[in-house]
Amino acid sequence: MKTAFPPEQKHLFQPVSREEMPAAAIGRPSESYWRIRLHKLFKNKLAVLGLALLLIILGLAAAGPHLVPYAPSDQSLLKTNLPPSAEHWFGTDDLGRDVWARTWAGARISLLIGFSAAAIDLVLGVLIGSVAGYCAGRGRTGDRIDSALMRLIEVLYSIPYLLVIILLLVVMKPGLLTMIVALSITGWVGMARIVRGQILQLKQNEYVTAARSLGADHRRIVFKHLLPNATAIIIVNLTFSIPAAIFAESFLSFLGLGIQSPSASWGTMANDSLGVILSGQWWRLFFPGLMISLTMLSFNTLGDGLQDALDPHSKA
Amino acid sequence: MYIVKRLFLMLLTLWIIVTLTFIIMHAIPGDPFSNDSKTIPPAVLENMRARYNLDKPYAVQYALYLKNLLMLDLGPSIQSKTTDVNTLIARGFGPSAILGIQSLVIALVAGISLGTVAALRHNRPLDYISMFIAILGVSIPSFILAPLLIKYLAVKWHLLPVASWGTWKHTLLPSIALAVSPLAVIARFMRTSMLEVLHQDYIRMAKAKGLSGRAVTIRHGLRNALIPVVSFIGPLFASVITGTFVVEKIFAIPGIGKYFVDSIFNRDYPVILGTTIFYSVILVVTLFLIDISYRLVDPRIKLSSKGE
Repeated sequence: MKTAFPPEQKHLFQPVSREEMPAAAIGRPSESYWRIRLHKLFKNKLAVLGLALLLIILGLAAAGPHLVPYAPSDQSLLKTNLPPSAEHWFGTDDLGRDVWARTWAGARISLLIGFSAAAIDLVLGVLIGSVAGYCAGRGRTGDRIDSALMRLIEVLYSIPYLLVIILLLVVMKPGLLTMIVALSITGWVGMARIVRGQILQLKQNEYVTAARSLGADHRRIVFKHLLPNATAIIIVNLTFSIPAAIFAESFLSFLGLGIQSPSASWGTMANDSLGVILSGQWWRLFFPGLMISLTMLSFNTLGDGLQDALDPHSKA
Repeated sequence: MYIVKRLFLMLLTLWIIVTLTFIIMHAIPGDPFSNDSKTIPPAVLENMRARYNLDKPYAVQYALYLKNLLMLDLGPSIQSKTTDVNTLIARGFGPSAILGIQSLVIALVAGISLGTVAALRHNRPLDYISMFIAILGVSIPSFILAPLLIKYLAVKWHLLPVASWGTWKHTLLPSIALAVSPLAVIARFMRTSMLEVLHQDYIRMAKAKGLSGRAVTIRHGLRNALIPVVSFIGPLFASVITGTFVVEKIFAIPGIGKYFVDSIFNRDYPVILGTTIFYSVILVVTLFLIDISYRLVDPRIKLSSKGE
């Protein structure tokens, strides 16, 4: 290329060696996708707060009942309806049971139900959603499978899920297992819808065509190529389905359909305290209510943070 | 064409719901009179079973139930000998409808305003305050909020009646308790939607041609941002319906929700069945109407089955 400068000024310019070229330098060490996303999550103060709160609640659910010398179902008729004190941190109820011990025993049940129902939803929803999404547009049988699954999802989606759960609880024996089963029967629908939509979109990508032309079978394409790319959206949905399950459990226990006394769950405790709140025993509603609200709050802020952090359109 | 297809799907959904509830209800071992079999003479028991068609084969019972449903007869109640399910629903419908509509209106108006304000003051104190309120509203369940409202607004400060049903004042506390969580969800939804709309070219265009801030916000911003919110009214409606179960229980309001919960504990199967079907019909029809109107409101969505 001819230089635009007169030859007498040519000595002012020096050729740059490849090492000195700024464009060739790598600004920072390369980082994996998840490192970048987690870094973004941890910059979100609300999400970190939610995560910390959640860890505290989980820790107290594990250790809480052991920190006091009373078992959750220990009754003491000499010490009924005591307000919070150094002896009974959260007070006692009408049977003299320690509210602190019961609150954290209840936390175990509520969290157990929330996590297991969400886990079942995850498996069922991802499986059904990806089958429907992958089969769609794959010949007549494929379309039929997809539309049959979609009709099922639509029907389940249009009935209020609490109504379905209530019906099931009417015919089954109340208890922990019944609750988890009832919650998962309708719970997978939301996940399945989202996964199906995501798979429909993802399977248009070139890497799917490439994988197929290399001889990958359907299972490999779904599990190795499509689902890993849908992980972000699945995780975000999970952080919202866990609190939904916890809410549903406490709602039903509050109605008297869920966990039965003497077992404690946050909903049952709130229900038991309904009659006495007006007589001034605020602690019996306040502590379980506070824990439900804090749990929901922490999952919601964490979910919001994850949604922002894992959004592929946002910059890291 | 789309409407016809959607209508057909709606009827199919309702039929599935009716059949499923029927199967679930009859999957229970024994019948509502099993517990009475020791105290009531067998002949009377036979007659009572016959009265409720419980002596006939399931297929016949199912056919009878469907036939009665088509004639809008939900059958007799077992618990109360004098009223049938239709009367029970008619009696409870008034309070429940007032509660539901009032709380929907509160949730929509307050939620949309809160979300809009938050979006207009994006990343400023008002935005943070609104979203803090919204996240609190999502996190506090109505059955925790309602007793607190009673304790402070009714018992401590004597502003409103404690519970039960009567004057308009009685409807306020339960409506608020019912409205809070949908309100919070709408506010968050509205904020996201409004923020997206405010970044559109037509908003810049509207500002460029010299429209006042209010005209831009309301005529161009709000109208477009509301469209996704409309699609959300369906699930919202469902959550208000289920919310009435606890709120009517807490406030001792004689609505359908309370009858429904009572019927569960009394094992009054015709009432459970009838109420479930009633709720499902209301909800499925509402979802249908919303879906249709949504597509009419927004010309960008075509009335075709491949809309999504």
